[in-house]
Amino acid sequence: MNSIDTRRRGFLKTSLGAAAVAIAPGMLLFDMAHGKSEAVSSKVRWGMLIDTANCADGCNDCVTACNKENGLAGGSSSGGLSPTDSQWIRKVELKDMRGGRTLSLPMMCQHCENPPCVDVCPTGASFKRADGIVLVDKHLCIGCRYCMMACPYKARSFVHEPLHDQKPDVPRGKGTVESCTMCVHRVDSGQQPACAEACPNKSILFGNLNDPDSEISKKIRTVASIQVRADLGLNTGIRYQGI
Amino acid sequence: MISRPPLQFKDRLFYALVAAGGLVVLMGLYAAHMMEEHGHIITGMNNQIVWGTPHVFAIFLIITASGVLNVSSIGSVFNKPAYKTRAPLAGLLSIAMLAGGLTVLMLDLGRPDRIIVAATHYNPTSVFAWNILLYSGMFAAVVVYLWTMMEQRMNSWSRPAGFLVFIWRFILTTGTGVIFSFLVARQAYGTAILPPMFIVISFAWGMAVFHVVQSAIYAWNNKILDEYVQKRMRNLMGVFVIAALYFVATYHLTNMYFARQTEFERFILITGGVYPLLFWVGYVLIGNLLPLLLIYHPAFGKTRSVLVASLLIIFGGFSLLYVFIIGGQAFPLSIFPGFEASSSFGDGAIGLYNPSIPEIFLGFGGVGISFLITAIGIRVLDFVPHEKPKSP
Repeated sequence: MNSIDTRRRGFLKTSLGAAAVAIAPGMLLFDMAHGKSEAVSSKVRWGMLIDTANCADGCNDCVTACNKENGLAGGSSSGGLSPTDSQWIRKVELKDMRGGRTLSLPMMCQHCENPPCVDVCPTGASFKRADGIVLVDKHLCIGCRYCMMACPYKARSFVHEPLHDQKPDVPRGKGTVESCTMCVHRVDSGQQPACAEACPNKSILFGNLNDPDSEISKKIRTVASIQVRADLGLNTGIRYQGI
Repeated sequence: MISRPPLQFKDRLFYALVAAGGLVVLMGLYAAHMMEEHGHIITGMNNQIVWGTPHVFAIFLIITASGVLNVSSIGSVFNKPAYKTRAPLAGLLSIAMLAGGLTVLMLDLGRPDRIIVAATHYNPTSVFAWNILLYSGMFAAVVVYLWTMMEQRMNSWSRPAGFLVFIWRFILTTGTGVIFSFLVARQAYGTAILPPMFIVISFAWGMAVFHVVQSAIYAWNNKILDEYVQKRMRNLMGVFVIAALYFVATYHLTNMYFARQTEFERFILITGGVYPLLFWVGYVLIGNLLPLLLIYHPAFGKTRSVLVASLLIIFGGFSLLYVFIIGGQAFPLSIFPGFEASSSFGDGAIGLYNPSIPEIFLGFGGVGISFLITAIGIRVLDFVPHEKPKSP
């Protein structure tokens, strides 16, 4: 009776040990792969302040950096963008119709607090993270393009062709809609979006709009900034200075 | 003179017509397959004109599917016998056009294979998601309505069923109009006049399609339409055409009054090239003035004139939708009011769009589906209107 009990105990110990040895590396790798398991919180609202006075006419560095970071073909040296190519960020040249003043600025998804694209999306593929970043879930998007009709900023692109050489951090898909992700994969690992980092004049200031002590919040308190099409009441995360 | 061709010939003609319709459907399906294989690059659509020719066809078919039911509503809800006998045919046409329109809309998606996602993930704030329910509900309501009319034991239920369909199609066409009304930043859309405009337009187009099909059925069966019924239906169509034109005119006139909208109106009505041409010649002249002349001028108004008027109204409908949907997107978004904008992404520039063969095939494929359902439906079930000996 006793000898059977010992054997059973021994068997249980060995199997538990073996199971632990088998699972532990997997758990470890899982943790490493997923990094911090902390959820995104609405205590943070990511935003940008763009100083148009410093944005040089003809400079395209933010666009090139975005294309490179996200694997968009627009960065090719052959140039000649077609109306079907994806552009997550673009340089817009503006001329005041009354005074004739000219300025140049980068335009991308404005990461609205009340995004029309999210409202109209039939499947919920367009969504806003708790930290204010507006994204498209590439598994839910059916490619109806209603969000493109609804966006007041022409921020979205539809993938018209099969894709090759995608970046592992930036999932994309033929037949789905995409736009600036505020480089969410970089932001989540504590970095800045590629455009902000690439700007030679530091015209793009990235930061947490909800933190009163952040550089961006301090600057917004001291300089005059606007939201593009503020009349629509969307409360954009991207602000512009000098328009 | 032989007025009745032999039955055998008609049989062959029927199969030839079905084969032709089937071929058009196959061409549409092949186009959809190519679009899925190569992506939307093979269409004329791009990042500025995101909805193109398939949407013109789909929206025409869906709006008209709702409008054609007017014939049944006048019969069932308002109890007019001349229309009551035509209600089953109107129901069949509605199902046929709804099926055609929805197929086109679905096959134009970037990921038509994910239609199951659309059916299982609903975003309650999206009018598109509401429409998925409205369209499938419409199918069900019309099928029940047809059943109550065609199964004698259920006849007593046809009035409530007709009433349900009557209400449902109002909501459905409102939903279709609201798709555009909710686009706050597009100058062509974003106005509350669109849902009622779509409803009234649907009456005119639905009546026109009904006239065309009815004429074909009567010619096929060597029947002659009762003159009284002909006159009533013709006049009703005329009233609907005038009402639709009134709504379109009101839409443009209110736009012209707003300073921020005048540039858009100038584009769509004068300087926009193909769009003003289609609007004035395609919609106003061919789609409204000529049909009204054919309907109301004492020298016309006979069977053939009404048929021609109906075909012209349908042509006008496609012209109007082309201007509304594609012209509306071609005009650039006003992102920076007060500034002239330019960029590599078409800011401040008129969007270019040339419909491609696959898109056009896909659109006609939808019409082919509607044709097949109608032709086969009439052949196998009793949808031909039976005139009572004396019309009231």
